[in-house]
Amino acid sequence: MVIDDLTEIADKERAARKRYTIRCCMAAGCMSSNSKGVKEALEDAVNQAGLQQMVEVRGVGCMKLCCQGPLVQIDSATAGATFALESNEVGPLYQKVTPEDANSLVSTLKGGQTPVQRGDPRHPFFSAQLSIVLANSGFIDPERIESYITAEGYQALHDVLRELTPKDLIERIIKSGLRGRGGAGYPTGLKWATVGKAASQQKYVICNADEGDPGAFMDRSVLESDPHSVLEGMAIAAYAVGANQGFIYVRAEYPLAIARLHAAIKQAKKYGLLGSGIFESPFNFNIDLRIGAGAFVCGEETALMASVEGKRGTPRPRPPFPAESGLYNSPTLINNVETFANVAPIVRKGAEWFAGIGTEKSKGTKVFALAGKITNTGLIEVPMGTALRKIVEEMGGGAPDGGKIKAVQTGGPSGGCIPAEELDTPVDYDSLTKLGSIMGSGGMIVMDETTKMVDVARFFMEFCMDESCGKCVPCRAGTAQMHQLLNKILAGNATTRDLQKLEELCYMVKNTSLCGLGQTAPNPVLSTLRFFRKEYTDLLMPDAFGPRPNAVNGTGHAAAGRNLAPTEGVPSSGK
Amino acid sequence: MSNAPSLPTETKPAPAPVEKIKVRVDGKEVEVPKTTPDPLSGRPLPTTMIQACNAARVDVPHYCYHPKLPVAGNCRMCLVEFGTAAVGQDRKPVLNPDGTSKISKSPRPAIACATPVSPGMEIYTNTPAVKQMREGVLEFLLINHPLDCPICDQAGECKLQEYSVEYGKSESRFVEPKVHKPKHVDLGPRIVLDDERCILCTRCIRFTKDVVGDDALGIVNRGSYNTLTAYPGKQFDNNYTLNTVDICPVGALTSKDFRFQMRVWFLKETKSLCTSCATGCNIIIGSREEKVYRYEPRENDAVNSSWMCDSGRLNYKWIGRADRLAKLQGPGSSAIGWSAALKEISEKLKQAAKGSTALIASARQTNEELYLLGKLAVKLGAMTDSVPRPGEADKLLLNADRNPNSLGARLTGISADPMGSNLPKIAEAIKSGRIKTLIVFGEDVTELGMSPDLLGMLQTLIVSDILPNATTRLAHYLLPGCAHAEKRGTFTQTKGRVQRFMKAVEPPGDARPEWEFLHELILNTTGQDGYASIEGLFNQMAGEVPAFKDLSWAGLGDSGVSIPI
Repeated sequence: MVIDDLTEIADKERAARKRYTIRCCMAAGCMSSNSKGVKEALEDAVNQAGLQQMVEVRGVGCMKLCCQGPLVQIDSATAGATFALESNEVGPLYQKVTPEDANSLVSTLKGGQTPVQRGDPRHPFFSAQLSIVLANSGFIDPERIESYITAEGYQALHDVLRELTPKDLIERIIKSGLRGRGGAGYPTGLKWATVGKAASQQKYVICNADEGDPGAFMDRSVLESDPHSVLEGMAIAAYAVGANQGFIYVRAEYPLAIARLHAAIKQAKKYGLLGSGIFESPFNFNIDLRIGAGAFVCGEETALMASVEGKRGTPRPRPPFPAESGLYNSPTLINNVETFANVAPIVRKGAEWFAGIGTEKSKGTKVFALAGKITNTGLIEVPMGTALRKIVEEMGGGAPDGGKIKAVQTGGPSGGCIPAEELDTPVDYDSLTKLGSIMGSGGMIVMDETTKMVDVARFFMEFCMDESCGKCVPCRAGTAQMHQLLNKILAGNATTRDLQKLEELCYMVKNTSLCGLGQTAPNPVLSTLRFFRKEYTDLLMPDAFGPRPNAVNGTGHAAAGRNLAPTEGVPSSGK
Repeated sequence: MSNAPSLPTETKPAPAPVEKIKVRVDGKEVEVPKTTPDPLSGRPLPTTMIQACNAARVDVPHYCYHPKLPVAGNCRMCLVEFGTAAVGQDRKPVLNPDGTSKISKSPRPAIACATPVSPGMEIYTNTPAVKQMREGVLEFLLINHPLDCPICDQAGECKLQEYSVEYGKSESRFVEPKVHKPKHVDLGPRIVLDDERCILCTRCIRFTKDVVGDDALGIVNRGSYNTLTAYPGKQFDNNYTLNTVDICPVGALTSKDFRFQMRVWFLKETKSLCTSCATGCNIIIGSREEKVYRYEPRENDAVNSSWMCDSGRLNYKWIGRADRLAKLQGPGSSAIGWSAALKEISEKLKQAAKGSTALIASARQTNEELYLLGKLAVKLGAMTDSVPRPGEADKLLLNADRNPNSLGARLTGISADPMGSNLPKIAEAIKSGRIKTLIVFGEDVTELGMSPDLLGMLQTLIVSDILPNATTRLAHYLLPGCAHAEKRGTFTQTKGRVQRFMKAVEPPGDARPEWEFLHELILNTTGQDGYASIEGLFNQMAGEVPAFKDLSWAGLGDSGVSIPI
């Protein structure tokens, strides 16, 4: 494979393009609403109408507005279409399509009318998005590598292998300001540099696709919609750090993503874009899949590596960091799906372009899975620094049925709740940390006035308790105790002392746990206590004895973890 | 057992000197090497805070950390606060006005067992926050731990008890129901597990997997339902399982042999050696009222690290057997006193023509006894040998030579080369009538080609042993001897380490340490006086036997001295 072969594939693909393209969402969300049936019905309808020469029915990845699925959109390659087009040849969007709607949808290509519900592609939900990671999502056919190649796929890998030294490449990633999209936000370029510098014959690249936060589905969508962008990002990373073997660790709950990855790897190997001597360079790189077995903690990098090695998925203390001694004791680069998906665009369009998007310390875009009590549930990609209010009110359309938004939860079980008063906060790593939450991997759960915050805290604590691997004592015992205390509070059987105990436990578990799971498990409690303390105290029984006698100033909670509570201004973790 | 890494028992050539760094532990400055060899691979690893604390003699409580095992970092008991030397924007250390380097205190505590030290680091082990964390961890550990100390074998040597007293709170704030787990799990032929007592430190798992190389144990389930178990359908049955009982910080793993036998605080601890093979594992004998209750390995990095095998550990019951030889017997099994018997024997030996005596000693005897027998043999012009005891070796500790002192028998000149090659010659000489007196120590020669009929041809058969056998029944003089637990002495183990052992219990009846009566016998027979104490005897031997040159009883210490072999 040389660059001319890539161009040839792309040209052939473009030449074969038909006048109309009916894009039908074939991501897991729409598939669960029978989009497969819709696609088949559309194909039949096209055949019946005798339009095979003119119309392509294309299964594509996520079209983002998941709550209105199955989604179908019709594009036209040339002017004079029977319907109005957007500037980029994109035609009308149809929502909640059923197989029965197929004939009427196809009839519109001959000037007919359809009663199918129309979506508004100009709605801020779409128009306010800026797609880097999701640029191909909803447009290309994720099951055909040719479709990706046509969208400039594997160009970046070629250019890197031909034109850049690993050092220059890492320099470019550092300059772009890309930070890890898994949640902690560690500068990606620095991580690559550390692995690159490690002296070892054997190095590995791992893609963390063990997306486990409740309500988060960004990584799944990327893998289902554009698997090659992740493979290309991994290959570029491998070249940068000097690895020849990659693993993608996907949770078993994502069968469609796994199937598409399998197919993508197979196709890339067939075209020589993975394997030995890629683009006729000395660079070799292979990717294998490893399927998770349903443990949330395996999203933690050291637990993930243990699981890849076939061991029980439990974390281990760091140092040594994976960059020094990771998988099979070799230096290992481990990045999240979205991080890898950002790599090829950065290489193609330049570090300056990427660094021009976002805020001073958070560059580029971030994909969020908008869920919960919100009108427009779905997948959005916005520039870093976009105000939370813009996301939930303008793009998300606010709470459904005229409800009022009470809080937005970010970062899943490791994150916190941001109250409605703080909705003007720009969404970037540092602003969210200041509010006691985290960016996290991109789950964004909106809550309205009917949501009880103590209940939310209990939900996440129960999740952490169930998912605690049990290796270290504070997380093993502490999550269970905190969960019991939250139950007690919700049952109305708790006193001030119990609340005080809960807070002390939060700091204890946060400060003494081995891995991120335990260290962040108390965050939902701490953040709801910070902004919604009254909801807790309203549930307390009157306490005849008052706060515990050894409380420093008798206010009850001030004594909590007096030695363990973080000092003002000190970051709460090494992130 | 196939991939078992071998223990670093050999003294390796001194590695290149390791860079030293200075750290402070609770204000006390100590110098520690920058790297410390990994206990298993020997690979240099960054020195950790807990190693620096040890160097500063500051105790840091811990459960999962064990100096001989890979670090797990799960118990969180060793959390400490620390500060590192502050580095400015120019990457140079920031200094205080007085010129000392400025310390920036870490906002988060760190586990001392896994965190490397850096130059200028300050470790704080007794701050209020550290105390609070220890209290918290102990409180968590006790949530689901049964309070059955009165019936728990570990009581008295339980880290949970000790740390609770030292660092814990007297009460728990938690009243919620406990998680219940299996109580009496039969893990293997020698181990019983109580999962409710288990604090999931995983020492046993790491020992079994990384030291023994048998991936038999593991943890199943999640969170507070974590449970230690053996691989489904597999017995926890290798030759090192009982070490897990030693390293279990609580009473979760108990030895079927020792459980419910004795409260540990009643046990007298005596430093001794295992006699079951030539490795010479250092042990502690636990005894009470002249009864041995258990062997435990005693740390000696030159020999057995901190471990011993199960077969050696359980090989102690013969010491207290009811049929121990406890009566001194003269001709015709007549009762006789020690002075009379030794006098009669020495008379007979004096009269015996030179070369008409043979001496079969045991490589289970001590260096001192073999040395004395050697002197006797020289005087009598006796042919001597000892008896090889071959077995199967493993890759860890068990030696193919099942005698504890084969090397001692060789170095004192008692055993033939190869050991046992003189035995057929001695049998032949008895048959031909050339040998008329046979002295046997601690071996049943009827199993070595000398039938009772052949032994009947002897004029005098002098036997010393501990347990009865066909040879002792034929003896004209039967001198009851002592088990190693009943006397003092030294063995030379297979790699040339001379190690001493102490007396734990009294011998039964007439039995006396062999070196004691041999000393008298030699005085009577040869007229040469020697030392009547084991210290003097050893030092005398060191002066006479070239291999033991420059050694002294006191100089051996508790862990012995290696001699070139």
